[in-house]
Amino acid sequence: MSEAVVDSHAPVQQPAESPVTPESWGKLGMWVFLAGDAMSFGGLLAGYGAMRASSPDWPNPLDALGIELTAFMTFLLIVSSFTMVKALSAAKHSDLPNFRKYLLLTIVGGTVFLGLQAYEWTHLTHVGMTMSGNPWGAPLFGTTFYILTGFHGCHVFGGVVYLTCVLFAGMNGRFLGENSSPVEIVGLYWHFVDLVWILVFTFVYLL
Amino acid sequence: MANEAAAHADHVEPNYLAIMVFLTILTILELMVPPLVSDKLTAGSLLVILAVAKALLVALYFMHLRFERTTLSVIALTPMAICVFLIIMLLPDLTSTTRTYTPVEPTAMSETADH
Repeated sequence: MSEAVVDSHAPVQQPAESPVTPESWGKLGMWVFLAGDAMSFGGLLAGYGAMRASSPDWPNPLDALGIELTAFMTFLLIVSSFTMVKALSAAKHSDLPNFRKYLLLTIVGGTVFLGLQAYEWTHLTHVGMTMSGNPWGAPLFGTTFYILTGFHGCHVFGGVVYLTCVLFAGMNGRFLGENSSPVEIVGLYWHFVDLVWILVFTFVYLL
Repeated sequence: MANEAAAHADHVEPNYLAIMVFLTILTILELMVPPLVSDKLTAGSLLVILAVAKALLVALYFMHLRFERTTLSVIALTPMAICVFLIIMLLPDLTSTTRTYTPVEPTAMSETADH
C-alpha cells in the first residue's frame, strides 16, 4: 500500500471547492442548515396562523403581551447583528482588538435578550398565562406563544454558546485575515436568529 | 476558482450603521401601525410588508446574500416557497368548515341511534 506524498509547506486546501461558496465548505453547510431551520420556523408560524384563524376567541396580543419590552428586545437583536458584522469586518482586516470587542458585545446582546425573555415569561406566568390556558381567551394563545418564543429562545441560547466558543478559539488571532471563515459562519447563524425574531415579533406580538 | 473567491470576498463593504438605523426606523414604523391604522386588513398588510422589508435587509446586507452567487439565494428562498405552499395547503382548513360547524342536538342524536 503506497502512501501519498504530502508537501507540508503547501497551503491547507480542502479536497474540492464548492462552486457556491468558494471560501469554505462550512459556509455552504451553514446555509443548508439554515434553510432546514427556516422550514422548522415556517411550519411553526404556519401552524400558529392556522390555529389563530380557526379560533374565534383569540385574544388581541397587544392587550395581553407587553409590546414595549419586546420592541426593545427587537432593537437589541438588530444592534447585536450590527456588532456581529463589525466583528467579521474587523476579523477580515486582521484587527484583533475590535474583533474581540464587537464579538463580546454581540454575546452581551444575546445574553441580555435571553434575560429579558426570562423576565417576560415569568411575568406572563404570574398573570396566569400558561401552556394550557390564559385569562384572555383561546388556550392555544399561550401554547403557541411559548412554543414559538421558546424555540427561538433556544436558538438564541445556542447562538450565545456558539459565539462564546468562537471568541475563545479566536482570542489569540486564529481567525484573522484569510482565516476568518468561522467568524462569517457563526455570523450567518446569528443574523438568521435576528431575521426569525423580526418575523416572530410581527406575527405573534403585533398582528 | 481562487480568484473568484477573492473577488467575492473583496466586495465593497455596505454601510452597516445605515442599515442598522434603517432597521430601527422600520421597527418604529411597525409599532406605529396598530394604534394608527384601525382597519385590520390594512394594518396586517402594512405590518407584513414592513417585516419582509426588514428580513430582506438582514438577509441581503448582514448575511451578504446580495454579494453571493445566485445559487445561494435559491437555497435561501426554497424554504420560503415551501412555507407559502404549506400556508396554501392549510387554507381549506380555515374557511367555512370550521366556522359553520354546528353541533348536533342530543335529541336528534338519540333519534338517529334508535333507527
